[in-house]
Amino acid sequence: MEAFLEISPRHVYEVLEGVQDPEIDSISIIDLGMVSEVTTEENNVKIVLLPTFLGCPALDIIKMNTINAVKELPEVKDVQVEFVLHPPWTSDRITEQGHVNLRKFGIAPPPKRMEADGTWHIDCAYCGSAYVTMDNIFGPTACRSILYCKSCKNVFEAMKPVSTLM
Amino acid sequence: MNENETVMSQEYKDAITSLLFQLADDDFLYAYRGSEWLGLAPHIEEDVASSSISQDSMGHAAMFYKLLEDLGIGNADELAHSRPALDRKNSVLMERVNGEGYYMETPLYDWAYQVVRSYFYTQAKKIKIDSLCESSYSPLADTAVKVKMELYYHRLHWETWFKQLLSSTDVAKKKMDEAIKKVMDDFNDVFSYGNEKLLIEKSRLISSEEILRDKWKASIEPVFTALQMEVPKLSDKPTKNGRNGEHTQDLEEAIRTLSEVYKFDPIATW
Repeated sequence: MEAFLEISPRHVYEVLEGVQDPEIDSISIIDLGMVSEVTTEENNVKIVLLPTFLGCPALDIIKMNTINAVKELPEVKDVQVEFVLHPPWTSDRITEQGHVNLRKFGIAPPPKRMEADGTWHIDCAYCGSAYVTMDNIFGPTACRSILYCKSCKNVFEAMKPVSTLM
Repeated sequence: MNENETVMSQEYKDAITSLLFQLADDDFLYAYRGSEWLGLAPHIEEDVASSSISQDSMGHAAMFYKLLEDLGIGNADELAHSRPALDRKNSVLMERVNGEGYYMETPLYDWAYQVVRSYFYTQAKKIKIDSLCESSYSPLADTAVKVKMELYYHRLHWETWFKQLLSSTDVAKKKMDEAIKKVMDDFNDVFSYGNEKLLIEKSRLISSEEILRDKWKASIEPVFTALQMEVPKLSDKPTKNGRNGEHTQDLEEAIRTLSEVYKFDPIATW
């Protein structure tokens, strides 16, 4: 009889740290706060993920990459990945490491708070200057906005803040 | 208690199904018409913004179709692409063409109409989504909470356009006034549940038509007051009710175009 090793959820999490956002390859799904739950039963793993934006075309790719990555663990037999909407993904789920990794890609992390009128401020992802203007709330992907830094004269992007208070 | 874990009455399931078709078809057609602006929007940044809003809205439609799939009504892709116009429950406003001409030939689309339609619809959708956050059907409430966060940016975007064009040149103002009239002529069924009104309203899935309509009016009033304008009235002319499957030729043509690739090979895996 084939004897499987017991799966440690810690190993699964380590693997998930290597599953990147296909559109921002400096950041993992752990950094983004997309992993809600990892459960194991015998040699099967179930991973519950939270979608960032509902129309994001990267979700299917993330699901496939997650399954393939976790299947690499020798003790794992079956991997199930499910997207759920509760709790809702919000931009404050992005970890501190996530903030660092977003900046590496030239994307400013989402601001911690919004003004009463719904606007928000973020410093330049490259030089840290506060002297920036909003170019477009909407950007190349659903989760990003486009800004311009008047100090270093670079166009940069920022993760849109999203919260249940909106 | 979660409805998923209890046996759902047939009546309750029928109410959810009816409402979901209305929500899904609205966003599906709205996103389709929005995507027809790709490459044609007034400037490059608007092209990025418009297509992003269309993509989000298509995502919302996909979630509503998925909820129907989870109820065993049918495959989500098929519900989106294969149903004939007669079975569609979207508001007539969502199916209207963007203007004269064809996308591939000489599109003479009307940006004022797109701004007014989008602003009025997005504001109406916000009122519905706020109500759906409290829905008795928890999978729908969870979806609404998520949609709400994305909708925030859409509403802000269209409100900005709306205010700016109406505070602009005489030509812009004239075009906007005409667009407002045209949109209001089709606005009656936006807050209608059609023949399913009683069924939907007694199931505590969403507020009544009247409550939502009043909230919508109240929500746009400050914008109109600031522009020194009156909130436009709903049309008293008899109009088609899309919730009952009453539609225009525009929808037939839209479905033919949007389902062309899907029908070419329905079993293909994308």
